[in-house]
Amino acid sequence: MAGHASKQIDSSTLWGGKISPFSTSYGKLMMWFFLVSDALTFGGLLVAYGFTRHDAQDAWPIGEETFNSLPFLGHGYPLIYVALMTFILIVSSVTMVLAVEAGHRMDKRGVIKWMIATIIGGFFFVGSQAWEWSHFIHGSEFGKVELADGSQAIVKGHFGEIENFTVLEAGDHHKKGEVITEDLMHEFQHAVELGHIKDGIITLHDGSKAKVNKKADEHMQLIIKSNGSKHKVGDVIKEQEACDLYYQAINSGEAHRVIYGANLEQNEYGPQQYGQFFFFITGFHGFHVFSGVIINIIILMGVIAGTYHKRGHYEMVEKTGLYWHFVDLVWVFVFTFFYLV
Amino acid sequence: MERDDIIEYSLDAHHSEEAGKAIRRKIWMVTALLTAITIIEVALGAFIKQGSGAWPFVKWSFIIMTILKAGYIVMVFMHLGDERKGLRYVILVPYFLFMLYLIFIALMEALAIGKIWDTYMV
Repeated sequence: MAGHASKQIDSSTLWGGKISPFSTSYGKLMMWFFLVSDALTFGGLLVAYGFTRHDAQDAWPIGEETFNSLPFLGHGYPLIYVALMTFILIVSSVTMVLAVEAGHRMDKRGVIKWMIATIIGGFFFVGSQAWEWSHFIHGSEFGKVELADGSQAIVKGHFGEIENFTVLEAGDHHKKGEVITEDLMHEFQHAVELGHIKDGIITLHDGSKAKVNKKADEHMQLIIKSNGSKHKVGDVIKEQEACDLYYQAINSGEAHRVIYGANLEQNEYGPQQYGQFFFFITGFHGFHVFSGVIINIIILMGVIAGTYHKRGHYEMVEKTGLYWHFVDLVWVFVFTFFYLV
Repeated sequence: MERDDIIEYSLDAHHSEEAGKAIRRKIWMVTALLTAITIIEVALGAFIKQGSGAWPFVKWSFIIMTILKAGYIVMVFMHLGDERKGLRYVILVPYFLFMLYLIFIALMEALAIGKIWDTYMV
């Protein structure tokens, strides 16, 4: 028969119809078919991303400008964190294939050891993605600014620390002369978004007015991402001029001149669709990783209970391994097309 | 009691200790290779800016390196290289044909739409 011309097949390998297409078991072949369909889904998402990017009018965000932070260390590390995530996922793929290899030798302890390593790697990746999302949603200290000529720019540089607010006019909560030292950054960004800062005077949420005491920003750069009447996409404005233009917008008293972070409607990194694709593609992938971890845990419990050992083979580990490698495979493409290119 | 309702045993599902050693060596080699490629990608991304003269070259080398990484994951980690030729082609050929078509048609369309925006909507 066509499916098994050259090999003698164990009678228990044969499917219900007493042949074995491609000499594989039913479960493995169905896993492959599922993975092909899932790959089409991710392929469709990435092509849609490419479509939007190619017809976009405004400048598309650049990976190393957008993702340049490390936990505990701050800014200035372009793509290092995403590369670390990629590495974690590759390593967990390696430990998975080692678990499969141990299964082929009927080495139960080896399978348990490598599967636990895989699960830990999976949790690390999911945690990293949570951090990445949180960072993406909260955004940078400067945000994206709309300049006086209507152009939009992202801002790079070192944000001078806000030292305190000195209350000049009492509100419901704060008294005149009081020096506020808590929750400054949050209060400041909130006021900027609402246009509650005018000429260096901030109107706080309780209605009091205060003077903002802030250290000077350093090495400021405005990178134009959307055309205005004066500045065009790709222009870079530096140092004092950048500072002047930025604070002109901050002190204008107009709402929505500065956008911080990202949500589904707007983001500080680029066009609206950029944020939506970020959330959907990395979210859909992260959901795959999460379900992969759960499936791995369930299979691990089966391994520990000895279910597969009694069955005489560890094919279940192999099948869940296929899914896990697929998750790694997808990330390789997301990493390239979302972060690198 | 022998169960005849579970029919799920793949060929070559077992190997000896010696064969296992060789397989593990191959796995670690591929690991080193994938890690090296990722490091090269990040270094290129950090040092060569988008829009610079070398960028188109870097961009295409990213895409080639990605496909190389994907190839190693599918062929070695997912053992597709050890499966029968027929299965390999059933999985890869239709997928590649469809994706190449989709990428071509979608990006062409996107560029055309971008041009229309430039021409009429500014």
